[in-house]
Amino acid sequence: MAKEHEVKLVSVESPNLIPERDKQYPLVLEVSHLGIDFGGLTAVDEFNMALGKTEICGLIGPNGAGKTTVFNLLTKVYQPTRGTILLDGKDTHGMNTTKVNQAGIARTFQNIRLFDKLSVEDNVKIGLHNHINYGMMNGVLRLPKYWKEEKRAHEKAMELLSIFDMEHLAKDEAGSLPYGAQRRLEICRALATGPKVLLLDEPAAGMNPSETAELMDNIRKIRDTFHISILLIEHDMNLVMGICESIVVLNFGKIIAKGTPSEIQNNPQVIEAYLGKQREV
Amino acid sequence: MKKGSKRASGAFLNYGIVIVFYIVFQILSSTGHLSSSFSGQLIPICTYVIMALSLNLVVGFSGELSLGHAGFMSVGAFSGVIASVALQNYVTVSSVRLFLAILVGAAIAAIAGIVIGVPVLRLQGDYLAIVTLAFGEIIKNILNCLYVAVDKNGLHFSMTDATSMNLEPENVVILNGPMGALGVKKISTFLSGIILILVVLFIIQNLVNSRSGRAIAGIRDNRIAAEACGIQITKYKMMAFVTSAAMAGSAGALYALNFSTVVPKKFDFNTSILILVFVVLGGIGNLRGSIIAAAILTVLPELLRQFQDYRMLVYAIVLIMVMLITNNEKAQALRQRFIKTLFKNKKKEAV
Repeated sequence: MAKEHEVKLVSVESPNLIPERDKQYPLVLEVSHLGIDFGGLTAVDEFNMALGKTEICGLIGPNGAGKTTVFNLLTKVYQPTRGTILLDGKDTHGMNTTKVNQAGIARTFQNIRLFDKLSVEDNVKIGLHNHINYGMMNGVLRLPKYWKEEKRAHEKAMELLSIFDMEHLAKDEAGSLPYGAQRRLEICRALATGPKVLLLDEPAAGMNPSETAELMDNIRKIRDTFHISILLIEHDMNLVMGICESIVVLNFGKIIAKGTPSEIQNNPQVIEAYLGKQREV
Repeated sequence: MKKGSKRASGAFLNYGIVIVFYIVFQILSSTGHLSSSFSGQLIPICTYVIMALSLNLVVGFSGELSLGHAGFMSVGAFSGVIASVALQNYVTVSSVRLFLAILVGAAIAAIAGIVIGVPVLRLQGDYLAIVTLAFGEIIKNILNCLYVAVDKNGLHFSMTDATSMNLEPENVVILNGPMGALGVKKISTFLSGIILILVVLFIIQNLVNSRSGRAIAGIRDNRIAAEACGIQITKYKMMAFVTSAAMAGSAGALYALNFSTVVPKKFDFNTSILILVFVVLGGIGNLRGSIIAAAILTVLPELLRQFQDYRMLVYAIVLIMVMLITNNEKAQALRQRFIKTLFKNKKKEAV
């Protein structure tokens, strides 16, 4: 099973290694020299990476390494101090979070951010917002277009919820769902925006081993059905080593290693970052 | 399916309540059971219901605080009066003139809403509350020294006094500074008020349950997540705010055309707070609550006339009691039990 996902990483002209099968395609996400300073503190510096089409890449590192900051930079929650982010070859410079999402980067949040008081279905429909084509007038006057588009949105939302077998929860209030279901709903909502790149911030946090195993299958399923690239932050090494084709390791805001899961597992610098320096005896 | 159908039936129940209210009071007044002071309250009730509904759109659904809703009401009121007087000779049917005056009031108030919303709604935090508070006061003071008259050459405006407008001998002074609008023809009717409530309800309820409404509620619940879903924050905040301002303007026009004199001082900070009280007591985000609270609290001071000097004291106590009862957990549990026993046969559906 694991062998199936072993891939060979090749270097491209741009700043990273990507799976060999993606070499012929244009890169989906190219990040070079990305950095941000908060006052005098450099939170992230010289962050270079590339994401191939349909690649699943893991972003790992000890607590406070700047992983979530990288996500916030990619989605322009923070404006980067330095560096460029190319999405499908297009520079996202000057875009805000809304525009970046419309351009094709969707994300989930480490501390879940759902629309708590709305129903599960409405949460997904907000994700579909830019794919529903009717304006305020159609909505208020309930013209035929409203009914047509709402029906389509409902079907699409149900289809997305069915990935995680959540159709039966559609009418429940999002805030009342159990923790794991809230995480899954966030992924559904992010997928609803029709992204090219999906950023998952600790998708398995708070899940038990069997839920995590299910999540791994689902992440692969999402990649295969939607043909999107996925970048994920995760502390659960079973998940990271199990589904990621490449891994980027971050420590103190800088990349300390890149490679395939097996390369990363044996990288002395990575081991040092996680476990501390081995004392010479 | 349950919640969706419940929501739809809730919307129809709101229309039903308004229509029943109209029928009951229409019968009462035609059979002469209504005192003249009470029947004079009918249009103000309609006005305040609309005000409460429109403010609920901002406070309840968009999650912003507006402390100057009386300002929009005032803009609508005076532009409605001006439109009505200016059109007096051209549109003789009073109901058509009322309709046009309400449209003008709504449009001008919407413009005022845009002017305030464009700079303020880009910001996060309580800026809207501060700016709308100031807006209400500014509008009151501007209208206090605004003179408007109409003669055969058209409308004339002045900020100093009525004589500086060089009017033709045959003229009508519509707005006379601090004295406000004098000699307004009363063209508002109870029926027009009810229709306006229904229109406003229709717009709000349909807006809330549409793509735009979801976006507005999403921004309220979690701004960052809404942005990450590709929603243009400012656009949808503006949509809610300007719609609300326009509704307040239409309510103002309805209100002003019910009295022979309207003074700018009527639409002050107290009125804004009064409307906010309706919204808070009725339940933030609860349209039916707004309707009921606005209707009851508008007639309450009238009903409390028998307490004479202690009238406002009793009014305050009633407000505090309502607040305690609606927000107290034990009282809520008691109410739930009461409702359950009341609809015991329907229990299965309710749960």
